[in-house]
Amino acid sequence: MKKIEILGTGCPKCKKLEEETRVAAYELGLKCQIEKVTDIQKITAYGVMITPALVVDGVVKVSGKVPSVNDIKNMLR
Amino acid sequence: MNWKSEWKPLVVIVSVFLAFFYLPIGNLRFENGIIEALQLTKWYAREHVLLCLIPAFFIAGAIAVFISQASVMKYLGAKASKVTAYGVASVSGSVLAVCSCTVLPLFAGIYRMGAGLGPASAFLYSGPAINILAIILTARVLGIELGIARAVGAVVFSIVIGLLMHLIFRKEETEKAKAQMAMPEPVVYRPLWQNAIYFASMVAILVFANWGKPDESTGLWFTIYSQKWVITGLVAVLFAIILMTWFQLRWWEVVSVAALTIFFSLVFPHEPLLAFGVAVIGLSVITSRADGEVGEWFSQSWGFTRQILPLLFAGVLVAGLLLGRPAHEGLIPSQWISGSVGGNSLGANLFASIAGAFMYFATLTEVPILQGLINNGMGKGPALALLLAGPALSLPNMLVIRSVMGTKKTVVFVVLVIVMATISGMIYGANFN
Repeated sequence: MKKIEILGTGCPKCKKLEEETRVAAYELGLKCQIEKVTDIQKITAYGVMITPALVVDGVVKVSGKVPSVNDIKNMLR
Repeated sequence: MNWKSEWKPLVVIVSVFLAFFYLPIGNLRFENGIIEALQLTKWYAREHVLLCLIPAFFIAGAIAVFISQASVMKYLGAKASKVTAYGVASVSGSVLAVCSCTVLPLFAGIYRMGAGLGPASAFLYSGPAINILAIILTARVLGIELGIARAVGAVVFSIVIGLLMHLIFRKEETEKAKAQMAMPEPVVYRPLWQNAIYFASMVAILVFANWGKPDESTGLWFTIYSQKWVITGLVAVLFAIILMTWFQLRWWEVVSVAALTIFFSLVFPHEPLLAFGVAVIGLSVITSRADGEVGEWFSQSWGFTRQILPLLFAGVLVAGLLLGRPAHEGLIPSQWISGSVGGNSLGANLFASIAGAFMYFATLTEVPILQGLINNGMGKGPALALLLAGPALSLPNMLVIRSVMGTKKTVVFVVLVIVMATISGMIYGANFN
Protein backbone atom coordinates (compact mmCIF):
# COMPACT_ATOMS: atom_id res chain seq x y z
CA MET A 1 0.00 0.00 0.00
CA LYS A 2 1.29 3.41 -0.94
CA LYS A 3 1.54 6.20 1.53
CA ILE A 4 0.64 9.57 0.06
CA GLU A 5 1.17 12.82 1.93
CA ILE A 6 -0.10 16.27 0.99
CA LEU A 7 2.08 19.00 2.49
CA GLY A 8 0.53 22.41 2.98
CA THR A 9 -0.49 24.86 5.64
CA GLY A 10 -4.12 24.95 4.54
CA CYS A 11 -4.15 27.38 1.63
CA PRO A 12 -6.67 26.89 -1.20
CA LYS A 13 -4.02 25.36 -3.48
CA CYS A 14 -3.23 22.70 -0.88
CA LYS A 15 -6.89 21.75 -0.70
CA LYS A 16 -7.04 21.56 -4.47
CA LEU A 17 -4.00 19.28 -4.58
CA GLU A 18 -5.62 16.97 -2.03
CA GLU A 19 -8.84 16.85 -4.05
CA GLU A 20 -7.03 16.10 -7.30
CA THR A 21 -4.86 13.46 -5.65
CA ARG A 22 -7.94 11.70 -4.31
CA VAL A 23 -9.48 11.78 -7.78
CA ALA A 24 -6.28 10.43 -9.33
CA ALA A 25 -5.94 7.64 -6.77
CA TYR A 26 -9.60 6.71 -7.18
CA GLU A 27 -9.37 6.61 -10.98
CA LEU A 28 -6.27 4.42 -10.78
CA GLY A 29 -8.00 2.16 -8.29
CA LEU A 30 -4.93 2.57 -6.10
CA LYS A 31 -4.79 1.16 -2.61
CA CYS A 32 -3.34 3.99 -0.60
CA GLN A 33 -3.44 6.01 2.53
CA ILE A 34 -3.73 9.78 2.02
CA GLU A 35 -2.59 12.02 4.80
CA LYS A 36 -2.52 15.81 5.12
CA VAL A 37 0.57 17.32 6.72
CA THR A 38 0.02 20.83 8.04
CA ASP A 39 2.82 21.04 10.62
CA ILE A 40 5.44 23.40 9.27
CA GLN A 41 8.23 21.48 11.01
CA LYS A 42 7.35 18.27 9.21
CA ILE A 43 6.98 20.12 5.92
CA THR A 44 10.49 21.57 6.12
CA ALA A 45 11.83 18.20 7.22
CA TYR A 46 11.01 17.03 3.70
CA GLY A 47 13.00 19.93 2.31
CA VAL A 48 9.86 21.53 0.93
CA MET A 49 9.71 25.31 1.01
CA ILE A 50 7.04 26.09 -1.51
CA THR A 51 3.71 24.52 -0.71
CA PRO A 52 1.68 22.64 -1.72
CA ALA A 53 3.74 19.51 -2.19
CA LEU A 54 2.97 15.90 -2.93
CA VAL A 55 4.97 13.16 -1.23
CA VAL A 56 4.65 9.53 -2.28
CA ASP A 57 6.28 6.90 -0.05
CA GLY A 58 8.56 9.53 1.44
CA VAL A 59 9.71 11.01 -1.90
CA VAL A 60 8.81 14.59 -2.83
CA LYS A 61 7.16 14.38 -6.25
CA VAL A 62 6.08 17.97 -6.78
CA SER A 63 6.40 21.21 -4.86
CA GLY A 64 4.94 24.65 -5.40
CA LYS A 65 2.19 23.87 -7.84
CA VAL A 66 -0.91 21.82 -8.42
CA PRO A 67 -0.33 19.43 -11.33
CA SER A 68 -3.17 18.11 -13.47
CA VAL A 69 -4.89 14.87 -12.48
CA ASN A 70 -3.11 13.06 -15.32
CA ASP A 71 0.31 14.21 -14.10
CA ILE A 72 -0.58 13.14 -10.56
CA LYS A 73 -1.55 9.70 -11.87
CA ASN A 74 1.94 9.30 -13.35
CA MET A 75 3.49 10.29 -10.04
CA LEU A 76 1.38 7.75 -8.15
CA ARG A 77 2.20 4.82 -10.42
CA MET B 1 -31.01 16.31 21.49
CA ASN B 2 -27.30 15.84 21.02
CA TRP B 3 -25.83 19.03 22.47
CA LYS B 4 -22.30 18.19 21.38
CA SER B 5 -23.10 18.47 17.70
CA GLU B 6 -26.02 20.88 17.84
CA TRP B 7 -24.59 23.74 19.91
CA LYS B 8 -22.96 25.48 16.94
CA PRO B 9 -26.11 25.93 14.82
CA LEU B 10 -27.97 26.94 17.97
CA VAL B 11 -25.45 29.67 18.74
CA VAL B 12 -25.65 30.91 15.13
CA ILE B 13 -29.46 31.00 15.13
CA VAL B 14 -29.66 32.73 18.51
CA SER B 15 -27.09 35.36 17.56
CA VAL B 16 -28.78 36.11 14.22
CA PHE B 17 -32.07 36.42 16.08
CA LEU B 18 -30.59 38.77 18.67
CA ALA B 19 -28.90 40.83 15.99
CA PHE B 20 -32.21 41.41 14.22
CA PHE B 21 -34.13 41.82 17.49
CA TYR B 22 -31.93 44.75 18.45
CA LEU B 23 -31.20 45.96 14.90
CA PRO B 24 -30.77 49.69 15.36
CA ILE B 25 -32.86 50.77 12.36
CA GLY B 26 -33.79 54.38 12.83
CA ASN B 27 -30.49 55.15 14.48
CA LEU B 28 -29.00 57.79 12.19
CA ARG B 29 -25.38 56.72 12.65
CA PHE B 30 -26.17 53.07 11.94
CA GLU B 31 -28.21 53.78 8.82
CA ASN B 32 -25.53 56.15 7.65
CA GLY B 33 -22.92 53.44 8.20
CA ILE B 34 -24.86 50.99 5.99
CA ILE B 35 -25.12 53.57 3.21
CA GLU B 36 -21.41 54.31 3.54
CA ALA B 37 -20.55 50.60 3.28
CA LEU B 38 -22.56 50.29 0.07
CA GLN B 39 -21.17 53.53 -1.38
CA LEU B 40 -17.57 52.56 -0.68
CA THR B 41 -18.05 49.10 -2.19
CA LYS B 42 -19.65 50.66 -5.27
CA TRP B 43 -16.68 53.00 -5.58
CA TYR B 44 -14.25 50.06 -5.43
CA ALA B 45 -16.29 48.11 -7.95
CA ARG B 46 -16.35 51.07 -10.36
CA GLU B 47 -12.85 52.42 -9.94
CA HIS B 48 -10.59 49.57 -9.05
CA VAL B 49 -11.78 46.19 -10.27
CA LEU B 50 -11.70 46.27 -14.07
CA LEU B 51 -8.68 48.41 -14.80
CA CYS B 52 -6.54 47.73 -11.76
CA LEU B 53 -7.30 44.47 -9.96
CA ILE B 54 -7.98 42.25 -12.97
CA PRO B 55 -4.72 43.12 -14.76
CA ALA B 56 -2.97 42.77 -11.39
CA PHE B 57 -4.37 39.26 -10.95
CA PHE B 58 -3.15 38.30 -14.42
CA ILE B 59 0.32 39.64 -13.55
CA ALA B 60 0.33 37.79 -10.23
CA GLY B 61 -0.69 34.57 -11.98
CA ALA B 62 2.07 35.07 -14.54
CA ILE B 63 4.64 35.59 -11.80
CA ALA B 64 3.56 32.35 -10.14
CA VAL B 65 3.88 30.39 -13.39
CA PHE B 66 6.66 31.98 -15.42
CA ILE B 67 9.15 33.00 -12.77
CA SER B 68 10.97 30.01 -11.43
CA GLN B 69 10.88 30.11 -7.66
CA ALA B 70 13.65 27.56 -7.52
CA SER B 71 16.02 29.88 -9.37
CA VAL B 72 15.39 32.59 -6.79
CA MET B 73 15.72 30.23 -3.86
CA LYS B 74 19.22 29.15 -4.86
CA TYR B 75 20.42 32.59 -3.76
CA LEU B 76 18.97 31.89 -0.32
CA GLY B 77 20.53 28.49 0.12
CA ALA B 78 22.99 27.48 2.80
CA LYS B 79 25.99 28.18 0.58
CA ALA B 80 24.88 31.56 -0.72
CA SER B 81 27.08 34.55 0.06
CA LYS B 82 25.78 36.63 2.95
CA VAL B 83 25.52 39.91 1.05
CA THR B 84 23.57 38.33 -1.81
CA ALA B 85 21.35 36.47 0.64
CA TYR B 86 20.29 39.65 2.46
CA GLY B 87 19.74 41.51 -0.79
CA VAL B 88 17.71 38.74 -2.38
CA ALA B 89 15.76 38.03 0.82
CA SER B 90 14.66 41.64 1.11
CA VAL B 91 13.27 41.94 -2.42
CA SER B 92 12.33 38.40 -3.39
CA GLY B 93 8.98 38.67 -1.62
CA SER B 94 7.68 40.39 -4.72
CA VAL B 95 8.05 37.19 -6.73
CA LEU B 96 7.97 34.51 -4.04
CA ALA B 97 5.15 35.72 -1.83
CA VAL B 98 2.37 36.25 -4.34
CA CYS B 99 0.11 34.35 -1.99
CA SER B 100 0.46 35.17 1.68
CA CYS B 101 0.11 31.51 2.62
CA THR B 102 3.49 30.68 1.08
CA VAL B 103 5.45 33.13 3.23
CA LEU B 104 5.70 31.01 6.37
CA PRO B 105 6.98 27.75 4.81
CA LEU B 106 9.55 29.75 2.83
CA PHE B 107 10.62 31.51 5.99
CA ALA B 108 10.97 28.23 7.84
CA GLY B 109 12.93 26.79 4.91
CA ILE B 110 15.38 29.70 4.67
CA TYR B 111 15.89 29.59 8.41
CA ARG B 112 16.45 25.89 8.81
CA MET B 113 17.94 24.77 5.49
CA GLY B 114 19.12 27.92 3.83
CA ALA B 115 20.93 31.14 4.55
CA GLY B 116 19.93 31.29 8.21
CA LEU B 117 18.20 33.55 10.70
CA GLY B 118 19.13 36.97 9.30
CA PRO B 119 17.96 36.52 5.71
CA ALA B 120 14.93 34.54 6.93
CA SER B 121 13.86 37.43 9.17
CA ALA B 122 14.42 39.91 6.35
CA PHE B 123 12.25 37.81 4.07
CA LEU B 124 9.51 37.43 6.67
CA TYR B 125 9.32 41.18 7.18
CA SER B 126 9.38 42.37 3.59
CA GLY B 127 7.56 39.50 1.85
CA PRO B 128 3.93 40.35 2.56
CA ALA B 129 4.50 44.08 2.13
CA ILE B 130 6.06 43.96 -1.32
CA ASN B 131 3.98 41.32 -3.02
CA ILE B 132 2.88 42.67 -6.35
CA LEU B 133 -0.84 42.88 -5.61
CA ALA B 134 -0.27 44.78 -2.36
CA ILE B 135 1.96 47.39 -4.02
CA ILE B 136 -0.42 47.95 -6.94
CA LEU B 137 -3.50 48.36 -4.76
CA THR B 138 -1.73 50.53 -2.17
CA ALA B 139 -0.44 52.88 -4.85
CA ARG B 140 -3.81 53.02 -6.61
CA VAL B 141 -6.06 53.59 -3.58
CA LEU B 142 -3.82 55.31 -1.04
CA GLY B 143 -1.66 57.26 -3.46
CA ILE B 144 1.60 56.57 -5.26
CA GLU B 145 3.58 58.27 -2.47
CA LEU B 146 2.45 55.85 0.23
CA GLY B 147 2.76 52.92 -2.19
CA ILE B 148 6.43 53.69 -2.83
CA ALA B 149 7.10 54.46 0.82
CA ARG B 150 5.64 51.11 1.75
CA ALA B 151 7.80 49.17 -0.70
CA VAL B 152 11.01 51.09 0.05
CA GLY B 153 10.40 51.06 3.80
CA ALA B 154 9.77 47.33 3.77
CA VAL B 155 12.93 46.55 1.78
CA VAL B 156 15.29 48.83 3.72
CA PHE B 157 14.03 47.95 7.16
CA SER B 158 13.91 44.24 6.41
CA ILE B 159 17.69 44.31 5.90
CA VAL B 160 18.13 46.22 9.16
CA ILE B 161 15.93 43.77 11.04
CA GLY B 162 17.68 40.79 9.47
CA LEU B 163 21.12 42.10 10.43
CA LEU B 164 20.01 42.93 13.97
CA MET B 165 18.50 39.47 14.43
CA HIS B 166 21.74 37.96 13.19
CA LEU B 167 23.86 40.11 15.53
CA ILE B 168 21.68 39.53 18.59
CA PHE B 169 21.68 35.77 18.15
CA ARG B 170 25.07 35.31 16.48
CA LYS B 171 26.35 33.08 19.28
CA GLU B 172 23.59 30.57 18.84
CA GLU B 173 24.60 28.23 16.09
CA THR B 174 21.43 27.12 14.46
CA GLU B 175 21.22 23.45 13.97
CA LYS B 176 20.88 23.01 10.25
CA ALA B 177 18.26 20.56 9.28
CA LYS B 178 19.65 17.57 7.50
CA ALA B 179 17.05 17.75 4.79
CA GLN B 180 18.16 19.10 1.46
CA MET B 181 16.14 21.78 -0.21
CA ALA B 182 13.87 19.93 -2.55
CA MET B 183 13.37 22.18 -5.50
CA PRO B 184 11.73 21.25 -8.74
CA GLU B 185 14.08 21.58 -11.70
CA PRO B 186 13.11 24.70 -13.61
CA VAL B 187 11.93 24.02 -17.14
CA VAL B 188 13.04 26.71 -19.57
CA TYR B 189 10.60 27.40 -22.38
CA ARG B 190 11.93 30.73 -23.64
CA PRO B 191 14.83 33.10 -23.02
CA LEU B 192 14.70 35.53 -20.12
CA TRP B 193 14.40 38.65 -22.30
CA GLN B 194 11.21 37.35 -23.88
CA ASN B 195 9.70 36.83 -20.44
CA ALA B 196 10.88 40.31 -19.47
CA ILE B 197 9.12 41.94 -22.45
CA TYR B 198 6.00 39.90 -21.71
CA PHE B 199 5.92 41.17 -18.11
CA ALA B 200 6.80 44.71 -19.14
CA SER B 201 3.91 44.87 -21.60
CA MET B 202 1.44 43.68 -18.96
CA VAL B 203 2.72 46.24 -16.48
CA ALA B 204 2.52 48.94 -19.18
CA ILE B 205 -1.13 48.08 -19.84
CA LEU B 206 -1.82 48.33 -16.12
CA VAL B 207 0.00 51.66 -15.75
CA PHE B 208 -1.40 53.43 -18.82
CA ALA B 209 -4.99 52.22 -18.40
CA ASN B 210 -4.93 53.69 -14.89
CA TRP B 211 -3.16 56.94 -15.83
CA GLY B 212 -4.67 59.58 -13.55
CA LYS B 213 -5.91 62.96 -14.76
CA PRO B 214 -3.28 65.57 -13.89
CA ASP B 215 -4.24 68.93 -12.36
CA GLU B 216 -2.95 71.08 -15.22
CA SER B 217 -4.18 70.66 -18.78
CA THR B 218 -0.84 70.99 -20.59
CA GLY B 219 2.50 69.21 -20.49
CA LEU B 220 3.66 65.63 -20.91
CA TRP B 221 1.53 64.08 -18.16
CA PHE B 222 -1.62 65.58 -19.67
CA THR B 223 -0.67 64.46 -23.20
CA ILE B 224 -0.24 60.93 -21.91
CA TYR B 225 -3.54 61.17 -20.05
CA SER B 226 -5.47 62.39 -23.10
CA GLN B 227 -3.96 59.63 -25.26
CA LYS B 228 -3.95 56.91 -22.61
CA TRP B 229 -6.36 54.59 -24.45
CA VAL B 230 -4.37 54.89 -27.68
CA ILE B 231 -1.19 53.97 -25.80
CA THR B 232 -2.92 51.16 -23.91
CA GLY B 233 -4.30 49.84 -27.19
CA LEU B 234 -0.88 49.86 -28.87
CA VAL B 235 0.69 48.00 -25.93
CA ALA B 236 -2.19 45.54 -26.06
CA VAL B 237 -1.42 44.86 -29.74
CA LEU B 238 2.20 44.17 -28.80
CA PHE B 239 0.99 41.89 -26.01
CA ALA B 240 -1.24 39.99 -28.43
CA ILE B 241 1.71 39.50 -30.82
CA ILE B 242 3.84 38.20 -27.93
CA LEU B 243 1.13 35.73 -26.96
CA MET B 244 0.89 34.44 -30.53
CA THR B 245 4.59 34.13 -31.30
CA TRP B 246 6.27 33.19 -28.00
CA PHE B 247 3.38 31.54 -26.17
CA GLN B 248 1.92 29.63 -29.12
CA LEU B 249 -1.65 30.81 -28.75
CA ARG B 250 -3.72 30.07 -31.85
CA TRP B 251 -3.47 33.14 -34.05
CA TRP B 252 -7.10 33.11 -35.19
CA GLU B 253 -8.33 33.10 -31.58
CA VAL B 254 -6.13 36.07 -30.65
CA VAL B 255 -7.06 37.95 -33.82
CA SER B 256 -10.79 37.45 -33.26
CA VAL B 257 -10.56 38.79 -29.71
CA ALA B 258 -8.54 41.75 -30.98
CA ALA B 259 -11.10 42.39 -33.73
CA LEU B 260 -13.97 42.31 -31.22
CA THR B 261 -12.08 44.71 -28.95
CA ILE B 262 -11.39 47.12 -31.81
CA PHE B 263 -15.04 46.87 -32.90
CA PHE B 264 -16.28 47.85 -29.43
CA SER B 265 -13.76 50.68 -29.08
CA LEU B 266 -14.87 52.14 -32.45
CA VAL B 267 -18.61 51.77 -31.83
CA PHE B 268 -18.45 53.00 -28.22
CA PRO B 269 -15.45 55.34 -28.22
CA HIS B 270 -16.56 57.03 -24.98
CA GLU B 271 -16.93 53.79 -23.07
CA PRO B 272 -13.35 52.47 -22.95
CA LEU B 273 -14.30 50.12 -20.10
CA LEU B 274 -16.48 48.19 -22.52
CA ALA B 275 -13.65 47.45 -24.95
CA PHE B 276 -11.31 46.69 -22.03
CA GLY B 277 -13.87 44.28 -20.61
CA VAL B 278 -14.24 42.52 -23.96
CA ALA B 279 -10.47 42.12 -24.21
CA VAL B 280 -10.25 40.70 -20.68
CA ILE B 281 -13.07 38.23 -21.28
CA GLY B 282 -11.51 37.22 -24.59
CA LEU B 283 -8.10 36.67 -23.02
CA SER B 284 -9.69 34.63 -20.24
CA VAL B 285 -11.62 32.45 -22.69
CA ILE B 286 -8.50 31.74 -24.78
CA THR B 287 -6.13 31.10 -21.88
CA SER B 288 -8.57 29.03 -19.84
CA ARG B 289 -9.00 26.62 -22.76
CA ALA B 290 -5.28 26.28 -23.45
CA ASP B 291 -3.17 23.51 -21.94
CA GLY B 292 0.32 23.65 -20.58
CA GLU B 293 1.84 26.79 -19.16
CA VAL B 294 -0.72 29.19 -20.64
CA GLY B 295 -3.57 27.20 -19.15
CA GLU B 296 -1.74 27.20 -15.85
CA TRP B 297 -1.30 30.97 -16.11
CA PHE B 298 -5.06 31.39 -16.26
CA SER B 299 -5.78 28.91 -13.48
CA GLN B 300 -3.25 30.64 -11.21
CA SER B 301 -4.75 34.06 -11.97
CA TRP B 302 -8.22 32.70 -11.34
CA GLY B 303 -6.98 31.06 -8.14
CA PHE B 304 -5.79 34.41 -6.80
CA THR B 305 -8.99 36.11 -7.87
CA ARG B 306 -11.18 33.53 -6.19
CA GLN B 307 -9.12 33.58 -3.05
CA ILE B 308 -8.57 37.32 -2.64
CA LEU B 309 -11.51 39.18 -4.20
CA PRO B 310 -14.28 37.95 -1.82
CA LEU B 311 -12.12 38.77 1.20
CA LEU B 312 -11.23 42.17 -0.22
CA PHE B 313 -14.86 43.08 -0.81
CA ALA B 314 -15.85 41.86 2.64
CA GLY B 315 -13.06 44.08 3.99
CA VAL B 316 -14.31 47.04 1.94
CA LEU B 317 -17.85 46.57 3.29
CA VAL B 318 -16.63 46.42 6.88
CA ALA B 319 -14.30 49.39 6.39
CA GLY B 320 -17.16 51.40 4.86
CA LEU B 321 -19.53 50.47 7.68
CA LEU B 322 -17.09 51.37 10.43
CA LEU B 323 -15.14 54.22 8.86
CA GLY B 324 -17.14 55.59 5.91
CA ARG B 325 -16.07 57.06 2.59
CA PRO B 326 -13.67 59.98 2.17
CA ALA B 327 -15.12 63.02 3.96
CA HIS B 328 -17.91 60.92 5.49
CA GLU B 329 -18.23 59.21 8.82
CA GLY B 330 -19.17 55.59 9.50
CA LEU B 331 -20.06 53.93 12.80
CA ILE B 332 -16.86 54.98 14.53
CA PRO B 333 -16.67 58.71 15.33
CA SER B 334 -13.74 60.47 13.64
CA GLN B 335 -12.54 62.01 16.89
CA TRP B 336 -11.66 58.58 18.28
CA ILE B 337 -9.35 57.91 15.35
CA SER B 338 -7.75 61.34 15.07
CA GLY B 339 -7.34 61.22 18.85
CA SER B 340 -5.44 57.92 18.94
CA VAL B 341 -3.53 57.87 15.63
CA GLY B 342 -3.78 61.46 14.35
CA GLY B 343 -0.71 63.65 13.85
CA ASN B 344 2.75 62.16 13.93
CA SER B 345 3.57 61.77 17.59
CA LEU B 346 5.63 58.87 18.95
CA GLY B 347 2.53 57.61 20.73
CA ALA B 348 0.41 57.60 17.56
CA ASN B 349 3.09 55.76 15.55
CA LEU B 350 3.73 53.26 18.31
CA PHE B 351 0.01 52.60 18.78
CA ALA B 352 -0.43 52.04 15.03
CA SER B 353 2.56 49.65 14.92
CA ILE B 354 1.41 47.57 17.87
CA ALA B 355 -2.18 47.41 16.65
CA GLY B 356 -0.95 46.41 13.19
CA ALA B 357 1.42 43.76 14.53
CA PHE B 358 -1.26 41.90 16.45
CA MET B 359 -4.19 42.40 14.11
CA TYR B 360 -4.82 39.89 11.34
CA PHE B 361 -5.38 41.35 7.87
CA ALA B 362 -6.56 39.06 5.12
CA THR B 363 -4.51 39.68 1.94
CA LEU B 364 -5.06 43.24 0.68
CA THR B 365 -7.79 44.17 3.18
CA GLU B 366 -5.30 46.40 4.94
CA VAL B 367 -5.79 48.85 2.07
CA PRO B 368 -9.51 49.74 2.46
CA ILE B 369 -9.19 49.71 6.24
CA LEU B 370 -6.27 52.11 6.10
CA GLN B 371 -8.07 54.29 3.59
CA GLY B 372 -10.94 54.62 6.07
CA LEU B 373 -8.60 55.42 8.92
CA ILE B 374 -6.76 58.09 6.92
CA ASN B 375 -10.05 59.72 5.93
CA ASN B 376 -11.00 59.90 9.58
CA GLY B 377 -7.87 61.76 10.53
CA MET B 378 -5.12 59.17 10.85
CA GLY B 379 -1.72 60.76 10.24
CA LYS B 380 0.46 59.69 7.31
CA GLY B 381 3.26 58.47 9.57
CA PRO B 382 1.06 56.14 11.62
CA ALA B 383 -0.55 54.97 8.37
CA LEU B 384 2.83 53.80 7.07
CA ALA B 385 3.65 52.27 10.45
CA LEU B 386 0.46 50.23 10.30
CA LEU B 387 1.14 49.22 6.69
CA LEU B 388 4.60 47.97 7.59
CA ALA B 389 3.79 46.15 10.82
CA GLY B 390 0.35 44.93 9.77
CA PRO B 391 0.70 42.33 7.04
CA ALA B 392 4.08 41.08 8.28
CA LEU B 393 2.74 39.97 11.62
CA SER B 394 -0.46 38.80 13.22
CA LEU B 395 -1.24 36.85 16.34
CA PRO B 396 -1.79 33.55 14.47
CA ASN B 397 1.42 33.80 12.46
CA MET B 398 3.41 34.74 15.58
CA LEU B 399 2.44 31.33 16.95
CA VAL B 400 3.74 29.59 13.82
CA ILE B 401 6.95 31.63 13.88
CA ARG B 402 7.41 30.67 17.52
CA SER B 403 7.14 26.98 16.62
CA VAL B 404 9.92 27.49 14.06
CA MET B 405 12.46 29.56 15.95
CA GLY B 406 11.46 29.51 19.60
CA THR B 407 9.95 32.04 22.00
CA LYS B 408 13.01 34.22 22.59
CA LYS B 409 13.77 34.94 18.93
CA THR B 410 10.10 35.49 18.16
CA VAL B 411 9.74 38.08 20.93
CA VAL B 412 12.85 39.90 19.72
CA PHE B 413 11.59 39.80 16.13
CA VAL B 414 8.16 41.19 17.08
CA VAL B 415 9.75 43.97 19.15
CA LEU B 416 12.12 44.84 16.29
CA VAL B 417 9.24 44.97 13.81
CA ILE B 418 7.25 47.28 16.07
CA VAL B 419 10.24 49.54 16.72
CA MET B 420 11.24 49.70 13.04
CA ALA B 421 7.67 50.36 11.87
CA THR B 422 7.37 53.15 14.45
CA ILE B 423 10.65 54.74 13.35
CA SER B 424 9.80 54.57 9.63
CA GLY B 425 6.36 56.01 10.36
CA MET B 426 7.91 58.94 12.21
CA ILE B 427 10.44 59.64 9.45
CA TYR B 428 7.78 59.46 6.74
CA GLY B 429 5.28 61.52 8.72
CA ALA B 430 7.85 64.22 9.43
CA ASN B 431 8.78 64.52 5.74
CA PHE B 432 5.43 64.24 3.98
CA ASN B 433 2.86 65.78 6.28
